Amino acid sequence: MSIVIKNLTKRFGSMVALNDVCFEAPAGELLALLGPSGSGKTTLLRVIAGLEFADVGTVKFENEDVTHRSPKERQVGFVFQHYALFRHMTVFENVAFGLRVRHRPNSEVTPRVMQLLELVRLGGLEKRYPSQLSGGQRQRVALARALAVQPRMLLLDEPFGALDAKVRAELRQWLRQLHEEIHVTTVFVTHDQEEAFEVADRVVVMQKGRIEQSGSPQEVFDHPASPFVMDFIGNVNVFHGRVQHGKAHMGSLQIDYPDYPQAESREATAYVRPHELDVDKAPFAKSSICGRITQVNPAGSLAKLRIWSDEFGMALNVDLDHDRFSALGLASGDMIYVSPRRARVFVPETTEVDYSI
Amino acid sequence: MHSLPRHAPKVGLAAGTRNAQHEPLWLQYALITAAVSTMLVLVVVPVIYVFAVAFQKGVGPVIQVLFRDADTLSSFYLTGIVAPVAVIANVLFGLAAAWTITRFRFPGRALLTTIIDLPFAVSPVVAGLMLLLILGRRGYLGPLLESYDFQFVGSWIALVLVTTFVTLPFVVRELIPVMEAIGPDEEIAAISLGANGWQMFWRITLPNIKWGLLYGIILCSARAIGEFGAAYVVSSRVSGESETVPLRVQKLLESYKTEGAFAVAAVLALLSLITLAIKIALEHKTQADLNELAQAKAEVEAAE
Amino acid sequence: MSSKRVLPGLPFSLSFSLIYLLLMVIIPLTACLFAASSLTPAQFLKAVWDERARCAYWVTFSCSAAAAVVDTFLGLLLAWVLVRYEFPGKRLMDSLVDLPFAMPTAVAGLVYSALYSQNGWFGRVLLPLGIPTANSWLAIVLVLSFIGLPFVVRAVQPVLEGIDAELEEAAACLGATRWQTFTKVLLPTLYPALVTGFALTFARGIGEYGSVIFVSGNRQFQTEIAPFLIVVRLEEFAYAEATAIASVLLFASFCMLGLINFMERKTMGSGH
Repeated sequence: MSIVIKNLTKRFGSMVALNDVCFEAPAGELLALLGPSGSGKTTLLRVIAGLEFADVGTVKFENEDVTHRSPKERQVGFVFQHYALFRHMTVFENVAFGLRVRHRPNSEVTPRVMQLLELVRLGGLEKRYPSQLSGGQRQRVALARALAVQPRMLLLDEPFGALDAKVRAELRQWLRQLHEEIHVTTVFVTHDQEEAFEVADRVVVMQKGRIEQSGSPQEVFDHPASPFVMDFIGNVNVFHGRVQHGKAHMGSLQIDYPDYPQAESREATAYVRPHELDVDKAPFAKSSICGRITQVNPAGSLAKLRIWSDEFGMALNVDLDHDRFSALGLASGDMIYVSPRRARVFVPETTEVDYSI
Repeated sequence: MHSLPRHAPKVGLAAGTRNAQHEPLWLQYALITAAVSTMLVLVVVPVIYVFAVAFQKGVGPVIQVLFRDADTLSSFYLTGIVAPVAVIANVLFGLAAAWTITRFRFPGRALLTTIIDLPFAVSPVVAGLMLLLILGRRGYLGPLLESYDFQFVGSWIALVLVTTFVTLPFVVRELIPVMEAIGPDEEIAAISLGANGWQMFWRITLPNIKWGLLYGIILCSARAIGEFGAAYVVSSRVSGESETVPLRVQKLLESYKTEGAFAVAAVLALLSLITLAIKIALEHKTQADLNELAQAKAEVEAAE
Repeated sequence: MSSKRVLPGLPFSLSFSLIYLLLMVIIPLTACLFAASSLTPAQFLKAVWDERARCAYWVTFSCSAAAAVVDTFLGLLLAWVLVRYEFPGKRLMDSLVDLPFAMPTAVAGLVYSALYSQNGWFGRVLLPLGIPTANSWLAIVLVLSFIGLPFVVRAVQPVLEGIDAELEEAAACLGATRWQTFTKVLLPTLYPALVTGFALTFARGIGEYGSVIFVSGNRQFQTEIAPFLIVVRLEEFAYAEATAIASVLLFASFCMLGLINFMERKTMGSGH
């Protein structure tokens, strides 16, 4: 079932939590609401669930207007950040809760609950109490409980927020798999861009109650719509400089920028991701900057370098693949030249343009 | 809620409740009405009634009863000795026991806490009886006391002892959570800086627990002044000799001096209202102190 | 705990506390049990189980239980309203809940007896209707309900305040009505606090003397409570019999104390 949100605005006192938000989640999609804390993402999720009511705007499930419906009438599955398990009930009774309040017969409840517990890989733990489970297991009980009532959609608030890194990585994979199996429209809230990009079909980036950008992970990653998105979704090197006559000058770096052919010089910022920086032992490309390697971390699939640039007074992060890294034979303390293969230049009041050099 | 006009008092949901916690409006009003009625019938009207009856014929007769009746005056005098002595004893014990329980780990610690609670569970009448069994004329130590010509029943010492027993848990029960929350860090620091035990106690421990201690003293005093059952058992009930204020109320009532009984009762009721007012003020103080503490701790944790 | 070695005063404070408790609590209690055990079983049984005593237990326990039930409901209502709703006078009401703690029991007894007697504000209305509010079982229940009112409120209030709003939201999302959420989610969460409050009220009721003797009329076999019977026996210098009855009361209140401790541990144990 699809979710269609139109012009949602929600204020808490003088704070604007949602500011004219519009978006659509097609049926069966797995969608991430990504943003820093206070960006309104959790409020948006709660408005979709009916836990919060917007001041202005509409929420539609498919073609049904549910704006003024209670959570009970909306039939959504909601998984809370801290799971909100009923601690006086066993795992079985927690999962069965939604069926019990609908007065379903035991002959229906028992097989359904057992089947769900198998689905979330908690078979055999049905007699335990929440306090006897690990964080990851509680998370899965919460998920099974939400799924038991065959919700029209699944909403998850920071589903992995309270777990440690290892369990979190496992559960992400598993959520992705689970979604393939049950294929119910799923929206989850996260502040972790890695999580959003790894799990979701589509990512909606929010800031200050507004949607900054929405698209597939690839689109958002490759074509960030604003400096905020660029900054938020990744470790990025930022160069400040000016543009004039179709060229951006960032210290000794020169980047073509034909969108600004005017003669008037204006401030501009260039964003370059670590893997978009190339290095060599001698000056190369049209322009390059000189720096000293301060740190080398060859662990992982990429070699990560930190290069101090006197010119910019900052450290640059550079990711190199291992072949290139060993070919150059780099070590801490070496002088090296850096040049971007690609940069995104933002001039205030104009939009971003991508340039390959 | 700052936008609400001052003159429109709000009836309805408390700030911070969420949509899913809301009941229908009629139910909210019904529950509030029921709760307010309960309080009116059980608490407010009875309190008003004491004063209404006592001052039925104006202030004059009340003053007459309170200050012209030698027996009533002497009951105030007796309670004025018994209650403070009992409170002081329990403050000393409360400080020692709370220090022991919150600052050290030793076998039997949980048992100690349980024993401290026992007086809560003992009927005041039984408390009086227990002391009679030991110190009364037919008690285990009765013959011994008689040989010293000491009459336990009716003595002020008997009243002090039962009152102390009945109010024993109050101070220590208030101090334990406060001292637990504050923790030993500041005291350890003081000792490591070379303070001796008394310096530490007067300069660190006492200032930290002062509001909690005062709160305990207030509760303990209210109970000590009002104690009836236990005092009844060990008192000789001779007016002017062994009658505390609550016993005096009963004696006046029994001798059909209803006005006098209500006048004395009004004084006690007034005392309990004052107790309540002080208690509220202190609760704010202790709460503010604990909040400050929690905030300081949170800041330290955040810094780490 | 590292403070064990650093902080001073353990020998003094521990020995002072122990001696104090020994003199004030342990020796008196032991004396009481010792005195009770000095009776032969037959004597003990006669003292504890004659008809007058049985009636007194019945009055004591039934009134305390009834008052505890009443206070459990009223306490839950008051705690709910104080935590969840806003209304003028709420803070005053919150403070007044503690008045029964602060008010001398004799004053409570005096006022209740007068208020519900023929000429009292309430008695004037209720007695003609045939509701026996003076010198009766009902009068005892009423005054005990007053005495025990704060226990349930103060036990339930912090638990209710601490309930995570998400629990109720989760229940709502799962399709529970408000009533279902209350009975299936909130009540079970409040249950240990309710039982603690009930037990405290009940224990207090069993031991209560000062307020009850004013309102009950103290009629043998009818409205005479067990603590009053103890006093009667003492006045007859029948110490052994008094002690036997006292031991029954002690046993009952210690059971309540045990229950309260058990419930407290349960509440703490289920917290994360």
